Amino acid sequence: MANKVHITTTINGEETEFLCEPRQSLLEVLRETIGLTGAKEGCNNGNCGACNVILDGKLVNSCLVFAVEVQGRNVTTIEGIATPEGLHPLQQKFIEHAALQCGYCTPGFIVASKALLDQNPDPSEQEVRAWLAGNLCRCTGYDRIVKAVLDAADS
Amino acid sequence: MEGIITSIVPNIGGAMQSFDYVAPKSAEEVSKLLAGTNGDARILAGGTDLIVQLREGRRTAKLVVDIKNIPELTQINFDPTNGLRLGAAASCFEICADANVIKHYPGLVDGIQLIGGVQIQSRASVGGNLCNASPAADSIPALIVHNAVCHIVGQNGERTLPVEEFCVAPGKNALQQGEFLSFINVPLPRENFGAHYLRFIPRNEMDIAVVGAGASVVLDEHKKQFISARIALGAVAPTPLLASDAGAFLTGKPVTRANIKEAARMAQAIAKPITDLRGTAEHRKHLAAVLAERALDGAIERAGGHHGE
Repeated sequence: MANKVHITTTINGEETEFLCEPRQSLLEVLRETIGLTGAKEGCNNGNCGACNVILDGKLVNSCLVFAVEVQGRNVTTIEGIATPEGLHPLQQKFIEHAALQCGYCTPGFIVASKALLDQNPDPSEQEVRAWLAGNLCRCTGYDRIVKAVLDAADS
Repeated sequence: MEGIITSIVPNIGGAMQSFDYVAPKSAEEVSKLLAGTNGDARILAGGTDLIVQLREGRRTAKLVVDIKNIPELTQINFDPTNGLRLGAAASCFEICADANVIKHYPGLVDGIQLIGGVQIQSRASVGGNLCNASPAADSIPALIVHNAVCHIVGQNGERTLPVEEFCVAPGKNALQQGEFLSFINVPLPRENFGAHYLRFIPRNEMDIAVVGAGASVVLDEHKKQFISARIALGAVAPTPLLASDAGAFLTGKPVTRANIKEAARMAQAIAKPITDLRGTAEHRKHLAAVLAERALDGAIERAGGHHGE
């Protein structure tokens, strides 16, 4: 077994240290070492988007990032989206539009939508649909999710 | 990206093989690291193929060499003499957002932007798409019709190889032990150049090409005649194919529907597709001609010509 590596990184604005094996994904370390279980394991191969996090401003699948790669980087997970004052508008609008059923894909969708609005605050419906094409949901049929994101962009 | 369906292999236990990880700061260091291993080192760029392959046991590694911290391997440079230089680890997102790429190489963007969704684009590199050597890789036919050249660094210096010679079998490229892809050079398009890539998939987005086709043309000053043309096909053979005869056929010919159709038919003739879960050989053979014709139409349009009659 390879030796564990000591990593220092910023997660949701806080400097964080952890030990990991080179083979461990960022998703695995977030969930099992750090205890941030908001990012979900869906397919574990980059198809579903349930594990989405924002890495240095870029939306990524955390199952397709080795944890050792985030040394000195900046990671935002679903746990870093809301503030102590309340839910992020995206989270609020997902509730209002009932943009979820089982909820398993929701953290990925919220993080992906946040990454979209960070770089395009006023997306068209087509832009929202194209951006979210890498996130799978088997409950909603996507329509409510798209409406929630468009509504959050307006508010 | 590997196949949507082939990759839904259950990852029983989720355990991945162990390896060491290193993130060198220079290309020289990469060479030294590769020289010190027995071919069991793997280069990590975006990881969208490699990480899945290691996890599923389809590739093995004792050492993973992350090249994303090496500026010369991640940079995208353009100059009017040498054209475009794509560092092997430059991400699809960075490439498709580059103003010079958008302006001078829209036919390249056609292929690169199809590689996965936003999450994959953020990480996946064109160098990796090439090294992964999938017959269906969307960037490769587009690179081929742009006359792109691989710059390969090895223990004994550098060598170059045209992209159409880089893939040797499904999942296998021409790199020898100890070598790595440093960058891809895409020459500056000539006057009246146009290129286009498209693919067929059974849905709107997020799939692997059933067949892909790229074409580029250089037209004369009146945009009525072909000075040269290149056509490349994906997913119809063990490697992406350059249809040399089809391109050569158009040289000096007028831009007419009959000539375009004949070139597409000649491209189709070299397609040797298989039947698999994405399509039948018969369907692929049919698609090869349809897509080659449409790719030519798109290339001619970008060159400012007309393909109407």
